[in-house]
Amino acid sequence: MDRHMLGRTANGLFWMFRYLERVENTARLIDAAQRMALTRDIVSAAEEWRSVIETLGQRVAYESKHGTYTGVQAWNFLLRDRDNPANLHALMRSVRTNARAVRTAISSELWTAINESWMEIDDALSRPIAQSNLGDVIKLIKRAGTLAHGAVANSMLRDAGFNFARAGTFVERADSTARVLDMKYYLLLPSVSYVGSSLDAGQWDQLLRSVSGDRAFRWLNAGKADARGIVEFLILDERFPRSLAYSYSLLRQNLTTLSRLHGTEGRASELIRDSATALADLTIDAVFDEGLHQFLTGFQRRNAEIGNAIAEDYRFLA
Amino acid sequence: MTGTAETFDEMFDPTGEVRSGYADYCVWYDEQEVDLLRRKHKEAEASFRRTGITFNVYGEHDAEERLIPFDMVPRIITAREWRRLTRGIEQRVSALNAFIHDLYHRQEIIRSGRVPQRLFAGNEAWLANMVGFTPPGGVYTHIVGIDLVRTGPDDFFVLEDNARTPSGVSYMLENRETMMAMFPELFTRVPVATVSDYPRRLARSLAACAPKMTTGKPTLAVLTPGIYNSAYYEHAFLADQMGAELVEGCDLRVVNGRVAMRTTMGYEPIDVLYRRVDDEFLDPLTFNPDSVLGVPGIMDVYRSGGITIANAPGTGIADDKAIYSFMPEIVEFYTGEKPLLPNVETHRCADPESLKYVLDNLEELVVKEVHGSGGYGMLIGPTASKKEIRHFRHKLEAKPENYIAQPTLALSTCPIFTNKGLSPRHLDLRPFVLVSPDNVEIVPGGLTRVALKKGSLVVNSSQGGGTKDTWVLKD
Repeated sequence: MDRHMLGRTANGLFWMFRYLERVENTARLIDAAQRMALTRDIVSAAEEWRSVIETLGQRVAYESKHGTYTGVQAWNFLLRDRDNPANLHALMRSVRTNARAVRTAISSELWTAINESWMEIDDALSRPIAQSNLGDVIKLIKRAGTLAHGAVANSMLRDAGFNFARAGTFVERADSTARVLDMKYYLLLPSVSYVGSSLDAGQWDQLLRSVSGDRAFRWLNAGKADARGIVEFLILDERFPRSLAYSYSLLRQNLTTLSRLHGTEGRASELIRDSATALADLTIDAVFDEGLHQFLTGFQRRNAEIGNAIAEDYRFLA
Repeated sequence: MTGTAETFDEMFDPTGEVRSGYADYCVWYDEQEVDLLRRKHKEAEASFRRTGITFNVYGEHDAEERLIPFDMVPRIITAREWRRLTRGIEQRVSALNAFIHDLYHRQEIIRSGRVPQRLFAGNEAWLANMVGFTPPGGVYTHIVGIDLVRTGPDDFFVLEDNARTPSGVSYMLENRETMMAMFPELFTRVPVATVSDYPRRLARSLAACAPKMTTGKPTLAVLTPGIYNSAYYEHAFLADQMGAELVEGCDLRVVNGRVAMRTTMGYEPIDVLYRRVDDEFLDPLTFNPDSVLGVPGIMDVYRSGGITIANAPGTGIADDKAIYSFMPEIVEFYTGEKPLLPNVETHRCADPESLKYVLDNLEELVVKEVHGSGGYGMLIGPTASKKEIRHFRHKLEAKPENYIAQPTLALSTCPIFTNKGLSPRHLDLRPFVLVSPDNVEIVPGGLTRVALKKGSLVVNSSQGGGTKDTWVLKD
């Protein structure tokens, strides 16, 4: 066993990938909402943007600036407004700043991918985004994620650093999928009680698009859509890379590997073992019996706890 | 000042003939389409940006990352010229190391009357904590950058010694990588000595200076002030290339009498610290108490033999320009030989007669602060305005011991690539020297800095200078 990496470096890798995941998730939400808004009247379109901004936790910041919800205001706010502390430009800058700080722990392929993406996104977001070029900007942002993850897969040493990077990805992804689902729970909940009732097709399509799961879901369910099926897919289907079950199955692997590399098992390993096992034993009926909203908020709380435990176990901070 | 008839051009002799070192290159150059070269020039810049080879500049808002302009015409040094330089540099660096040791021990050179006591008594770069202490392996200046200028075929002069924390070596390496990527065929046609093993040599040289208590392979770390430091790229680059850990002050603390870094498993000791943080910030317990860049207590660990610090604290004294003026005496005192590489003639303004001469000839001289660096705080007489000269006259009269003056040298030129083709610009050369207990080695190459403004003599990157790849030809 070689020497161990710096706690600060592990922290940088973890957060670099959390931010990258957040960048991608923000872009997905904007993309799905934009599509949805196109097919709706102004009132439901405004409602759609409101719920996206709510999901990202920026409602207060948005409403202190704008009196109404319109697409062009919303996506500019989310992408590039300095009054929004979580604007995508700032998130991407954090990805790049962290990458620069951990430069010696990542491959040059990964660094170059991040640095180039940052240069392109920085340039694209230097001006207000009109509807006509929103699509190109979203594509650029999604490609940043694809390039970075491709570089990780192809060029990163499978050591502790790799596992910290992946742990950041999955902690953030699990949180994000839970949030997106929670945003729509009030739409999903009434319909499950009516057996055989189907959702407003546009609504469930939008939900699945927000996690890039529309095509996968259709493929697996042959076009049949009901609320229960979608919830089961997003929470329990291990085949879908943005489901909670998949994220936790991989997070568990990463944390198990980290325990092995460090020759000691910390609190994070314990927590993920319990959570991942619970998720594997869970049925969709149990989720609805508990209440979807209760389940999702509980999940998000425990997920945050895992993130904190990782930081403590591996001495991220002095 | 513009290139005059006396200006030595590295590529062309006064009759316009190509000098021998550049013969192969010029044959290649003449075969190239100018449009293609223009395109390559743009590509090179884009590639530096993509790779993030930048230095930070502090502006009004955020710290901005800038590129150091790269010129794609190499600066070429023949094998014969290089051998001569190498011998001179080795001699000078050995003398520097012996001089610093002496200053912190018996001070023979002062007793002998060759160097006055006042030079370092009260000099901030001189560290009382180092008195009587010998660093591991007896090495003070692990890495030195010697700034050379040329005025004629055989006339190389040392302009400055950089023994504190010389920077720029990453540009030597990246410039070469860029040239090889852009013009691979050139390297099959011209026999250029390789520089790429510098990081390996640096790691080996540092490891050879590990403290006696080290068992097994020494743990190396590079200490950086952090990502906002102007040379951060270089710190990360060198750590990466050496396989060393890149640490910041906040990663380090003293644990069980060792300097240790906080890893994911707890604190692990470091054997050799290549620090890119100035002495002043190294240890808040000993020096600047407000420093967050260093490690509280590191000087105690150092003095008890628990860590090697490179370069050793207190070596900055050798960068002092007043000390520089005594280098011929210093070289002779410690090596018993005449210096192979001459200094630029230097007037010490502390000396009343010299001061008078300097004040009478300000329009022709270059005046520098003795503690200054980076091309700041200096006067270049021939290009200065009347007002600047008046201003400097007052400064000199008020504090003459703070200044030295040198004749304005006709620095050699080498062409750079411009939109209108080749055009000569003034340049200098900084070779990098590694010192280990039984060896002084110099990588065949260096950092060539070039003034991009026509006629300008200021090559510093902080003042708009650029860089060139530096080729040392193989025999």
